[in-house]
Amino acid sequence: MLVLHGHSRAIGYGLIALGVFITIAPFLWIALQSLKNEIDILRGSWLFAPNGFNYADVLYSRRSDFPVNILNSLIVASSSTISVLVIGTLAAYALTRLQVKPWVSRLFLGWTLIFNMLPTLTLVGPWYLIFRQIGLASSLTALVLTHIALNLPMTIWMMMAYFRELPQELEDAARVDGCRQIDAFWRILLPLTTPGLIAAGVLAFVFSWNEFSVALTLTDRATATVPVAVARFAQQFEVQYGQMAAASVLSTIPALVLMFFGQRFVVQGLTMGAVK
Amino acid sequence: MKKAPPFWKGESVSDFVDRHLAWFMLGPAMLVLLALTIYPVLNLMAMAFADIRFEQAREIWTFRPLDNLRQLAGDEVFRRALLNTIVFAVAAVCLEMLIGLALAILVSSLSGLKGLVRTTLILPVLMPPVAIGSMWKLMYNLDFGVLNQAVTALGLQPINWLGSSSLALISVIIVDVWHWTPFVFLILFASVEGISKEIIDAARLDGAGNWGIVTRIIVPLIWPPLLVAALFRIIMAFKVFDQVFLLTSGGPGNATEVVSLHLYKVYFQENQLGYGSMLSLAIILALLCFIWISRRAGKAMEPR
Repeated sequence: MLVLHGHSRAIGYGLIALGVFITIAPFLWIALQSLKNEIDILRGSWLFAPNGFNYADVLYSRRSDFPVNILNSLIVASSSTISVLVIGTLAAYALTRLQVKPWVSRLFLGWTLIFNMLPTLTLVGPWYLIFRQIGLASSLTALVLTHIALNLPMTIWMMMAYFRELPQELEDAARVDGCRQIDAFWRILLPLTTPGLIAAGVLAFVFSWNEFSVALTLTDRATATVPVAVARFAQQFEVQYGQMAAASVLSTIPALVLMFFGQRFVVQGLTMGAVK
Repeated sequence: MKKAPPFWKGESVSDFVDRHLAWFMLGPAMLVLLALTIYPVLNLMAMAFADIRFEQAREIWTFRPLDNLRQLAGDEVFRRALLNTIVFAVAAVCLEMLIGLALAILVSSLSGLKGLVRTTLILPVLMPPVAIGSMWKLMYNLDFGVLNQAVTALGLQPINWLGSSSLALISVIIVDVWHWTPFVFLILFASVEGISKEIIDAARLDGAGNWGIVTRIIVPLIWPPLLVAALFRIIMAFKVFDQVFLLTSGGPGNATEVVSLHLYKVYFQENQLGYGSMLSLAIILALLCFIWISRRAGKAMEPR
């Protein structure tokens, strides 16, 4: 937007380069640590023989639950993502295109907004009791349910933004040709919102994968997810720095994959959710 | 107009569904919100006035309305946590908005490399907060962290980033700025890119300098997304838990105790479900007040 010349141009480029460096460097540094022996980490040495011991220890050693944690995270993230997409898309369509009484939609959207603002831990107490009472204490099902609730507001807002962008005429034309409302939704509008579904799905997956506070409080050893495991490495009596670094890098893989292959959708989803 | 008969009197099921489609489509989401958010909040109201213990897997509820209130009034740690959270949120969000806006304007002035910058800045937004916490825990380490390596290379004494009570909160704020500035950048960058070139060019022809263009044109034009981003971030910052849990667990002393962390400790380390619910209720009420005030303030601050 601005036109930068001479010194200010150099300073501008310098600042941007600095920003990019500060963003990337910590991650590269921790990736470096994950390839070091414990001694090299503690010495802070820069010259060392890289080895995969930490990864092997985290993934294959008998005392590590990490493979189970990964499996749990995959189950929770994928099933909560699919559910939240279905539930959220239906609701978003109803709220944008169907005759919903104004007070219903205002109450509904107002509550999603307020719920989204609450610190998650305020609801963890009652969740803990409720899941105990219905026999779902520290089960994956309970975690999936809470993740559906946590990601539902975001999904609804994003899908509403996508539905609003489609012209009403499309649907009217289909209705005039004798199409049922539900068929107009299923055959005409839904295929057109595929980018939105991908963006919302990608974000819901990552947020569920990353979610820590509920996973920490509502799971036990058998149902712990990846973030809980990473925290365990950092919280044990003697911090296992190498394993902690390796587990952190492993837990970032979904984020890295998206950064390289799905960034268009991520940027679209994030900016759409917040700007509109 | 004659009302169509319900399906049990001859109307086909699909006609019935189609006529009440809005309820069928909104139903699942309403069910989720009712069962998993409204019902728990109602539960919270009952739990807040009781003392709940577990004996042989059975819940023992003792109704004692005043004790929890009294405990809330005398909870020094909670007051400290509230203060810390406010300092944390305000400081972190101000820094994030300033740096994010500066970066957004700078990058939008570039001719190339925009995509590359955007790609790298996505990483902190998507990275698990827990991984961010452990990453910075390593970097902040007193003996071998990379930051103290740099500090000692400059000939200074190593800094106790997380262990000194005056510095710990600042260290936690730095991590949050690293984590969320890219998000602010992404939003503001999209808004800045959305400004039409003609407006800027016209201003430049009229003799506006770069600083004038930023303060008189770009900032007023992206004011609404700017406010939304700031409000959104304040609320997110109020919820902070993961990184603080990993970095300091509230220490040293109560120097970095934040609201969510205090809640976690009351619920799951001190096992006070009743008092924890009272705290949760208080936080929810405080938040509702904050939303109400900021809405009024937002209306007053809208540029005319």
